[in-house]
Amino acid sequence: MFYHFKSRRTAYGLILFFIALSGFAQMPIFKRYYIADIPGLGWLAQFYVTHVIHYGMAALLLGLGMYVAVDYFLAHRSSSSKSGTINRASRLTLSAQVKIISLAGLILTGCFMVIKNLSEVYYPHGVIIGLDLLHLLFGMVLLGATAYTWIRRRTWIR
Amino acid sequence: MRSTISRRHFLKSSFFAAGTAIAGTGAADAAAGMSDANNEPLVTLIDISRCIGCEECVYACKDANAHKFADPRKPFPRMYPDRVPVEDWSDKRDVTDRLTPYNWLYIQYATAVKDGQELTLTIPRRCMHCQNPPCVKLCPWGAAKQETNGLSRIDSQICLGGSKCKKVCPWDIPQRQTGVGLYLDILPSFAGNGVMYKCDRCYQKLEKGEQPACIEACPEQVQTIGRRSDMIKKAHELAKEMDGHIYGLDENGGTNTIYVSPVPFDQLVYDTGKGKPHLKEVKDTMADGSNLALAMVIAPVAGAAAAVGKFYKYMKEEA
Repeated sequence: MFYHFKSRRTAYGLILFFIALSGFAQMPIFKRYYIADIPGLGWLAQFYVTHVIHYGMAALLLGLGMYVAVDYFLAHRSSSSKSGTINRASRLTLSAQVKIISLAGLILTGCFMVIKNLSEVYYPHGVIIGLDLLHLLFGMVLLGATAYTWIRRRTWIR
Repeated sequence: MRSTISRRHFLKSSFFAAGTAIAGTGAADAAAGMSDANNEPLVTLIDISRCIGCEECVYACKDANAHKFADPRKPFPRMYPDRVPVEDWSDKRDVTDRLTPYNWLYIQYATAVKDGQELTLTIPRRCMHCQNPPCVKLCPWGAAKQETNGLSRIDSQICLGGSKCKKVCPWDIPQRQTGVGLYLDILPSFAGNGVMYKCDRCYQKLEKGEQPACIEACPEQVQTIGRRSDMIKKAHELAKEMDGHIYGLDENGGTNTIYVSPVPFDQLVYDTGKGKPHLKEVKDTMADGSNLALAMVIAPVAGAAAAVGKFYKYMKEEA
């Protein structure tokens, strides 16, 4: 009743695609390797454009993430209060847990990085490097887990 | 303008408290050894009308920073694909008529007409040290850093030479030297291309309470360094005195280098191009990102509200 998986999945998939693409575009690789030369992909070499897209997608991801989390919590609360037990059927799979942990890491490090990018905010150099590397690491874990679940057709919930 | 400031303060206080704690630690660390007692950025004020173009500042800069210059390993590794440019200034270290990895400050010649007379002006040009420097904030590896005294600098031990800092710099200031740096130890043929270099405002001298070499060496006292509020006040006084014009107060959201010229900056005629920055108006390049940061605060609230709304609608229908 509470889960409209298809529309959520589509929204999440689109957000994940564009946030990952614009995230990798923060590195100067798309011009070097001719990807930005492909008609329609020139924006991948424009750092301010990809920066804004990355931020916009991050806002959408936060909105969707909060929507899903609150919806999940309320659904559980409702079903457990009716049955007196937690609904075992809607427990998260292991791959979903990995994805959620990496998403949480991405959001946390991303928030720190957004604050860093505001004017008159100074972070120690080591923290900046740490955040950059952790953000990249969480991103790779998320993409790896997403690829695994996509290929093996694993779902988020058992 | 007022709303931008309040939004910034709102954003700063709205994100996680831990973020503020990290920022605070950074401020404390970076402030150590700096001369800005009130934690206010230092600004250099450059009075163009006093500059005689003697290049004392240029050579003082080269001397003071010679130990930081690149000593590239040759031959350079073959880079793929072939479009990746080799940028080698190591055999042209004496070039002083533009910015290079070995020349972080140069004298730009400009002509203008004032009161019917043609003037030639000489302008010391180097990194503007933006208040919110895109070179620092957008570096994907954190190779650049900004200190609380307002200077920004690139760590040559970490920089991979991707040149993103130059592309996002409104003045194209950082300059690349191939064949040096960390990229040589990673994937020299496929990622990176050397190290980016630019003025670091002689951070090593500032740490000792000394002035940057270009300021110390100037026989005409063209440059003055001091707290931002003092230098802005002085710039306005100077501009009033000479009926002059100010550059750097608003460019790219404000820079920690301020020029005062007897001639409007848009009437100056000068050479621009590679290694020769312009003096045009520059919008705040980081503003779009800062504005979107507000959306990141609002979005989760909207998401939660939508879920709660859906839940209550469902409960109502069930009842």
